[in-house]
Amino acid sequence: MSVFTSMLERDLKLAMRRWSEFATPLIFFVIISSLFPFALSPEVGALRAAGTGVLWIAALLSSLLALDGLFRTDMDDGSMEQLILSPASLGLLVFAKICAHWVVSGLPLILIAPVLALSFYLPAESLPTLMFALLLATPTLSALAAIGAALTVGLRSGGTLIGLLVLPLTAPVLIFGTRATDMAVHGESALGPLYLLGALAAFSLSLAPLASAAAIRVSVE
Amino acid sequence: MASLGQTGAEVNALGRPENERTCLHYRPLQGQWPRYSADHSGCPLSHVSGATLAVKNVEIARGERRLFAGLDFNLASGQLALVTGPNGAGKTTLMRTLAGLRMPSAGSVSYGDVPVSRIARGLTAPIAFQGHVDGLKKDLTVAENLAFSAALWGGEGEMGALAGELDLEDCFARQVRFLSAGQRRRAALGCMRLRPATLWLLDEPLTNLDTRGAGLVAAWLDAHLERGGSAVVATHQPDKLAGRAAIEVDL
Amino acid sequence: MGLKRTFHLLGSPPTVYRLAGLLGPWVGIAAVILIAAGTYGGLVLAPPDYLQGDGFRIIYVHVPSAYIGLMAYELMAVAASVGFIWHMKIAHAVAVSAAPVGASFTFLALVTGAVWGKPMWGTYWQWADARLVSELVLLFLYLGVMLLRASFDDRDKGDRVSAVLAVVGVVNVPIIHYSVEWWSTLHQGPTIAQLDAPSITMDMLVPLLTMIAGFTLCFAWLILKRVQAEILDRESRARWVEQLVTGASA
Repeated sequence: MSVFTSMLERDLKLAMRRWSEFATPLIFFVIISSLFPFALSPEVGALRAAGTGVLWIAALLSSLLALDGLFRTDMDDGSMEQLILSPASLGLLVFAKICAHWVVSGLPLILIAPVLALSFYLPAESLPTLMFALLLATPTLSALAAIGAALTVGLRSGGTLIGLLVLPLTAPVLIFGTRATDMAVHGESALGPLYLLGALAAFSLSLAPLASAAAIRVSVE
Repeated sequence: MASLGQTGAEVNALGRPENERTCLHYRPLQGQWPRYSADHSGCPLSHVSGATLAVKNVEIARGERRLFAGLDFNLASGQLALVTGPNGAGKTTLMRTLAGLRMPSAGSVSYGDVPVSRIARGLTAPIAFQGHVDGLKKDLTVAENLAFSAALWGGEGEMGALAGELDLEDCFARQVRFLSAGQRRRAALGCMRLRPATLWLLDEPLTNLDTRGAGLVAAWLDAHLERGGSAVVATHQPDKLAGRAAIEVDL
Repeated sequence: MGLKRTFHLLGSPPTVYRLAGLLGPWVGIAAVILIAAGTYGGLVLAPPDYLQGDGFRIIYVHVPSAYIGLMAYELMAVAASVGFIWHMKIAHAVAVSAAPVGASFTFLALVTGAVWGKPMWGTYWQWADARLVSELVLLFLYLGVMLLRASFDDRDKGDRVSAVLAVVGVVNVPIIHYSVEWWSTLHQGPTIAQLDAPSITMDMLVPLLTMIAGFTLCFAWLILKRVQAEILDRESRARWVEQLVTGASA
């Protein structure tokens, strides 16, 4: 357990010291959400209808944004080799990195989402469900992002390819997340999709570390 | 593409006179095969019994190019192997193969009868590898880097004493990105020192180090070998360490 | 011992090359026969559907290609993981070969689906049709694997990294399929029907099965040919390839 906490602590410290890198996804989220009304229309009806989808797409894209650095900086300065060669399980270390990534990119997203939701005229009663749905979905997005980062870390410029690889895999999260939010907007209980989001999170968090570790070991050769 | 067998190998056994040559191929000690004991008592200074690094008929290729083939030697505990050769000969690639980070294109490398690629999966961790790059996080302080390394490897050590030994007391609490190249190299060696490993794989450990730093590395190697550990060092400056070497691999 | 020896033989490139060369013509001929028979059965023998008229006959191409598209992805994932775990180059060659072929069949399924959709829905594409949408996602997954492999200069690394992606993809395919299906049922109006084959009679079923078998053999033939080419490419420095080429030209 202390290996996990040391790794988590290390990555959080690094994130705090390079906060500019990690503020980018949050700002991206806000900017994308703000651009949509220009593209759609400022009318209440149009924005309310489109709001759920826009928020979730923006959340998806910004979660994928800062993740190239997830493994690349470690590869470049040689610390990834040391992680591989250490007695700790690489899967556990990757899991700790995913958690750190979530704290830095997912958590701020969840906190700012209600503000953006209100800007899309979504009713205030739906906000808790929206936040809870994001709480369940963002770990999955971080896990998938980690897989994408691990697969492309051996490439010189993997950034753009990551999105292509990972976005099709995020379709279920998008489907259930928007469904949960929509049901909340209409005042229904969103328990079903929320359960499914939780299941997806559990599934991806347990398998992503293994896949990422395998890909990293190949890339470090 | 040198083929290594009996040619190009100079062996100076420990304590033996310089002019006596021993073949690169290993002559087994009579029935002594010390087994590796996963003894991470936490104190890196305790005596550890080492296993043998067995390199069998290894061929290394980088991409499509074959660098060398037929490398064959056994490194017993208490022995040092030096890897020398010009740039591009494959020293770093060989060191990474010995560490288990990559597979040789032919042959096998095993430590204590366990293939090193499995060791690299973290099943046991008797190997400490220090590569070209420092392996330090630039945004963390020296102290934090050392502490993380210690936490990861379950080893412990006196940080303060280590900092003194490394001559890093003034910059102990400074982020690595503000350090000079020599200081970074010493910090990296400090991290390595904290690992309770029996086999040390050092790739050019003396780069950027002044005489004092080089002396420190030599002293550590001596102590490590005396405790029963073994080491493989790739270096451009073999004269500093040649006296101690049992096996020299010239690529 | 027999199994081990088979495994060992399957790992030897010249053996697989020769085997593929031997099997190729037979598989190809059988495929042509079955596809011809299935086409005749589907276009001529099967009666027109009382609801869709003659329009349903596209299923004789659409269903087999969709099936092959899915099967090819699974083959690719299995071959890639075998290659990854046991370091077998042949397995990677099979995975490399299966990817573009599977992607092409999936694309064919999408195009035939669009052709079928036009008379049924009035549009070429219908988001509410779960099967077409999951086939689209499958195509994206194929493209991802192919692109990832192509981005690596080192062939061995590219093989192994795309093997990881293939396995991640194959695990996600059922999840994506069922979530898309669930999503489409939410928004489906009563007028929009899925591209379902009409209630099947024997007359319609037999040609369909024949076509599926024919397409499978056609796929197998394509894979054999591509694997041969892939082996020649990977082993281009080996002596047996040299002998093969000079022997053939001599």
